[in-house]
Amino acid sequence: MNYKTLGKFLTYKFIRLVILIIAVSIISFLLIDLSPIDPVRAYIGEMAVSAEQIAKLQAYWGVNEPLISKITNWVGNILQGDLGTSLIYRTPVVDVISERFTASLTLMFTSWVISGVLGFTLGTLAGMYRGTWIDKTVKGYCYILLAAPTFWIALLFLMVFSVYLGWFPTGLGVPVGKLAADVTIWEWLVRLILPAITLSLLGVAQIAMFTRDKLINVLSSDFVVFAKSRGESGWNLIKRHGIRNILLPAITLQFLSFSELFGGAVLVEQVFSYPGIGQAAVAAGLKSDVPLLLGIVLFSTIFVFCGNAIADLIYKFVDPRIKEGESYEQ
Amino acid sequence: MNSEKYKRFAFKKMNLRTKTLLIISLTALLLLAIVINSFFIDTSSITTNFPLRNMGPSLEHLFGTDWMGRDMFTRTMKGLGLSIQVGAFASIISTIIAVVLGLLSSMNKYIDLFVNWLIDLFSSIPHLLLIILISICLGGGAFGVIVGVGLTHWTSLARVLRAEIKQINTSEYVKLSKNLGKSKLWIARKHLLPLILTQIVIGTILIFPHAIMHEASVTFLGFGLSPHEPAIGVILSESMKYLATGSWWLAFFPGLSLLIIVLLFDLIGDNLQKILDPTNAHE
Repeated sequence: MNYKTLGKFLTYKFIRLVILIIAVSIISFLLIDLSPIDPVRAYIGEMAVSAEQIAKLQAYWGVNEPLISKITNWVGNILQGDLGTSLIYRTPVVDVISERFTASLTLMFTSWVISGVLGFTLGTLAGMYRGTWIDKTVKGYCYILLAAPTFWIALLFLMVFSVYLGWFPTGLGVPVGKLAADVTIWEWLVRLILPAITLSLLGVAQIAMFTRDKLINVLSSDFVVFAKSRGESGWNLIKRHGIRNILLPAITLQFLSFSELFGGAVLVEQVFSYPGIGQAAVAAGLKSDVPLLLGIVLFSTIFVFCGNAIADLIYKFVDPRIKEGESYEQ
Repeated sequence: MNSEKYKRFAFKKMNLRTKTLLIISLTALLLLAIVINSFFIDTSSITTNFPLRNMGPSLEHLFGTDWMGRDMFTRTMKGLGLSIQVGAFASIISTIIAVVLGLLSSMNKYIDLFVNWLIDLFSSIPHLLLIILISICLGGGAFGVIVGVGLTHWTSLARVLRAEIKQINTSEYVKLSKNLGKSKLWIARKHLLPLILTQIVIGTILIFPHAIMHEASVTFLGFGLSPHEPAIGVILSESMKYLATGSWWLAFFPGLSLLIIVLLFDLIGDNLQKILDPTNAHE
């Protein structure tokens, strides 16, 4: 691999990330600014406040400043790493996000790996035994899951496993009457299992369908026909000619699915009351906690951007076929 | 031809084209029936009926009744109608944005770069969050969700159209038209639009299921349609409170019906692609 081109690529991506962050902060700020949310009202909440104090708060936050100066202030603060204070949690947004994001990342990473491995295996099996009952089962499963609303599947799981079978607690990130810091790893793990399984099973569909189609494509290619005529068959043939060709595209696709993964996590966390970033985002939106909501939008954008950038990186630098293709161009 | 006679008798003996057309028209008819039916469901018929509350599914109440004794089947049907309408508006908005941006990108290099950047920007923010933001911006409600979903689902179609238009622009007849001094608008109207029409129709249909599902999700989270409307998202978020009491039918049937609707749209999309896309005509 050429380190110079890699360096160039990374610099290019970094510049794009900075531009993206600025654009996203401006757009999301504009959207909130145009909305009927009154930041002062949201801060006051239920408290009784005199008109004088409201005017003071308005002056403090610069509610009546012109839009341009509000935006430049906001973007300037972001670039310095200051995202403001959350209204719900009354702590700096960065702290809330870092705590919540860790919980969510565990959930997302677990289901990302499980769905990737399971989806790839199922897809390979379906492609290998094309037209048999295995293929039909996998296909049916994928079609149904692709069409199923995430939160509905989560509700069904909650109903079956928590309410009827009683294997898992019905929601709540921490047991009642305990502080979040006192939770043992085991208690926390029990609460992770159900959301992670739901999210994994939903993520399987896309990757399995993709793998199946790709494998069928590869298996009908000339070099596989040649390999077959040389006497290769069964698992060996799939391993040597099939999986080698479809593994990288499948991994790339998995990285490109970060946006959907995040969306799924928001819904699943909401149903299972898992204390992650998605739940915080919903709470922030419903209770008009503007700084927290904007902070989460920014962080999730960076998260998705990283996934896309890694996919790009694999596509450009790891895949041997693309590398060759590029050198022809130059 | 002799074989023509038999085709009418058995589904199996129809040729693929007839079969596909039949599937498309039947599914479309069913969906249309649901929408029209939902117009005739008077909200006053979903009245509270306390003696009949929390009843399981029975012949009289197919989907059971909720804690206020309302018939869940009627509510679900009304909700499905709403979902399809929201989905329709949203996918039309998405398609218009995609077509306009796709055609614009063929105008010159800088606009093309900008369109490409815009596509990247919109696919970098998780859709769900962006819909929530837009919905908040517009003050929630049906209007907020429709615009939110419409503004977020155009990226994939725009990408396809952009690539397609690029390819058409390198063809001989476009070059010829350019040499003959035709304007870019003329080329877009006479050469590009007819050729990408197939992609546009299929793209719109394929946006539908995503739009419906995102609408339900956002409504479920509490940012979409107002809680007074019998939308599927509202029904499901209400049902969450009654899960622990064992009222499984409150969540099961409405969600299942939504799933079936989404599957029907997928079915139409896939079959339409088979008919309209000439590249796999031989299959």
